[in-house]
Amino acid sequence: MGSYLVRRFLLMVLTLFGMSILIFVMLRLVPGNIADILVDASGADPRDKARIARELGIDRPIAEQYVSWIGGLSRGDLGFAYVSERPAIEEIAPRIPISAKLAAMAVVISVVLGVPFGVISAVKQNSSLDYFLRVISLSGLSLPSFWLGLLVLMAAVHWFGTIPIFDSNSRGFWDEVGMLALPALTVGFRSSALIMRLTRSSMLEVLRQDYVRTARSKGASNASVNYDHALRNALLPVVTIIGIEAAFLVGGLIVTETVFNIPGVARFLVEAILWRDYPIVQNLVMLIAFVVVMVNFLVDMAYMALDPRIKFAD
Amino acid sequence: MRSRLALLAASCAAFMMAAPPAFAQKSGGTLRMSHRDNPPSASIHEESTISVNQPFMAVFNNLVFFDPKQKVNSPDHIVPELAESWSYNADNTQLTFKLRQGVKWHDGKPFTSADVKCTWDSLAGHAPEDKSIIRKNPRKLWYANLKEVKTNGDFEVTFVLGRPQPSFLTMLAGGYSPVYACHVPDRVMRSKPIGTGPFKMVDFKRNESIKLVKNPDYWNKGKPYLDAIEWKIVPNRSTRLLGFQSGEFDMTFDSDVTFPLLKDVKASKPDAVCEARPTNVSSNLLVNRDKEPFNNPDIRKAMVLALDLPAFNEILFQGHALYGAAMLPPPDGFWGMPKDMLPTLLGYSPDRKKSLAEAQELMKKAGYGPDKPLKIKVATRNIAIYRDPAVILIDQLKQIYIEGELDPIDTTVWYAKVQRGDYQVGMNLTGVGIDDPDVNFYENYFSTSDRNYSRYKNPEVDKLIDAQSAEQDREKRKKMVWQIEKILADDVARPIMNYNVGNTCWDPKVKGILLQVNSIYNGWRFDEAWLDK
Repeated sequence: MGSYLVRRFLLMVLTLFGMSILIFVMLRLVPGNIADILVDASGADPRDKARIARELGIDRPIAEQYVSWIGGLSRGDLGFAYVSERPAIEEIAPRIPISAKLAAMAVVISVVLGVPFGVISAVKQNSSLDYFLRVISLSGLSLPSFWLGLLVLMAAVHWFGTIPIFDSNSRGFWDEVGMLALPALTVGFRSSALIMRLTRSSMLEVLRQDYVRTARSKGASNASVNYDHALRNALLPVVTIIGIEAAFLVGGLIVTETVFNIPGVARFLVEAILWRDYPIVQNLVMLIAFVVVMVNFLVDMAYMALDPRIKFAD
Repeated sequence: MRSRLALLAASCAAFMMAAPPAFAQKSGGTLRMSHRDNPPSASIHEESTISVNQPFMAVFNNLVFFDPKQKVNSPDHIVPELAESWSYNADNTQLTFKLRQGVKWHDGKPFTSADVKCTWDSLAGHAPEDKSIIRKNPRKLWYANLKEVKTNGDFEVTFVLGRPQPSFLTMLAGGYSPVYACHVPDRVMRSKPIGTGPFKMVDFKRNESIKLVKNPDYWNKGKPYLDAIEWKIVPNRSTRLLGFQSGEFDMTFDSDVTFPLLKDVKASKPDAVCEARPTNVSSNLLVNRDKEPFNNPDIRKAMVLALDLPAFNEILFQGHALYGAAMLPPPDGFWGMPKDMLPTLLGYSPDRKKSLAEAQELMKKAGYGPDKPLKIKVATRNIAIYRDPAVILIDQLKQIYIEGELDPIDTTVWYAKVQRGDYQVGMNLTGVGIDDPDVNFYENYFSTSDRNYSRYKNPEVDKLIDAQSAEQDREKRKKMVWQIEKILADDVARPIMNYNVGNTCWDPKVKGILLQVNSIYNGWRFDEAWLDK
């Protein structure tokens, strides 16, 4: 177990190192840089470009820029954002909790809805309830999030005469929950549909296993068979999907953050890409990569807890 | 004594009857506005977008300003701000301002003539790099005729011009001409600017909000009426408008409500005050005359003759857009040629059939026809307001055997691409900051301008542009402007499809908002705005 963890840790470091090179190079392969955009978009004198590029250090060789970035990262210095001209950490840090809270709420909603309904759907296979839940889950997967988000906002205006406008100066926990509830529900609905369908198919597969039949023949109750024997085993692929979804939700909610006007990581990242704000993009992508790698690691650990037969060999 | 009291009472009564609005304004409250995108910075001098002017103009003052009580920006409607008065010397080459005394910057430092000098030294490119208070300068062209800024004590400043230029004062009156503080570094001006204006900047949270609060030491005593202005940055238009309909915002972003959306807004908020006004932003056709086969004047002429301007207007603006030549047409525009002259220009004939037949003949003469179409790429900025007219253009060009393919270009490289001339045909939008021929002609049509995207070069037009710029007689200048407009249209310099019209809406409790009709960039000081609640 100990050497597995060491190997796993080294693999994580290697993955992040590879990611850092990839994002650094790819970003610079995209046409245009911040100096081009600042000058061209405002119609300023093209001769200003060279001066701005020099000031920002983007005229230096790529390798030198990379070493400077990695060196800074190792010291906890993320550099200066080109657009806001503030330390990148001050720009990034306030947005992480916003996206993290939204992602956490969405994951909770998706698990709370997806797993139980998936189990019910499997246990009541081919019943009218099963068909109903399958239609709901299919709609969750097929409705585009921008459309669903707008629909939710229109409904809020129609029924409550208001929409949640994000305010970073919220007045406490419930205020924040109120602000994030609608977007979390919208995202959670989609994720729960995925989890529900996976839970259902995984449960159906497990329910057909010999040991389940044996449990039934030994006189175990339906509840005991379904929840004690089947669900635990059926959850392995579901946990993987929950992990992937959680990682995606931290940095991939661009549409939801835009429609609900939440100043989170995803919207900020897209804008930073459009502005070629390298320090912001590099550091944010690295952060998202780190989250994905960590979540994968935690999912692997969760396997062990769910299925004692799984051992990570040294 | 009794008669004196009676006289006093009568005077008070007369005053109240004569000026009732002065008593109507109520102080206090926060105006809540929606903003369409993240402003690139807060430094007006470094940017060229309404996204910066609308929220940040309230932080600053100009020397002179377009009268906020007048709908039309014109040389006749210029009022003092940080200057108390101004005068020209005998040959109109020196413009001297007497400055207001006792004005303080928001950080408490006094405003003096040195601030005016360093602002315009930087703008004209006279300041050394390390002394410049701006990092980039989109309007350097405006001040090409400014030779020197001289101070005479702390409260007098003289602009020395190379030749007479009546538009110079007009350019100083626009939203793009605030006075900057010499002692504030450019980096600070981009994020938390210091001004002398009616509102102080509190916070600019990117992607989230902008907050301004009342400047209690404002030199114009009694103003502003509002305690604060809060902007929420909401990039999605549907969300912005839902926010307005639900009462989260008191006012929409400028011209944010299109005509199809206006019906929705009025349906869900019937008491909303909505006003349509021209934005002085034109949709125009760029034809790169340096590239074959567009170096053939017949092909350029055919393209213009094939344009169905009413179709653009109906599809994109439900018929509300305006038709004009290079300058915004009257009565909204101050300088544009009269409507009855338009049909004399190439492409404006009401006889569409005849124009189309002529265009087809010209194309055949150039060697193209139904069996041998001309295949081109129509480049445009990859955002809806550019793409939509480009698609209509491609459709219309089919009638003259031109098969266009849409080439959507990312915003970040669009301007560089057209500036390099790296395109064949383009669909473009051009906003004019100030409705003045100098601003428009020197920027978009003068041979040496970087923003002369269609690479139009005509020494005769250059001479005429210089001549109208120096002309003091306004009526004579107008006639020269119309002559230039005609040449530009006939030469297919940059054919104008139409002038856009947009709607801005606000809650009826918002008062003191007056939208100016020939520029969206100049009327956002907000010192007249107040809330009736």
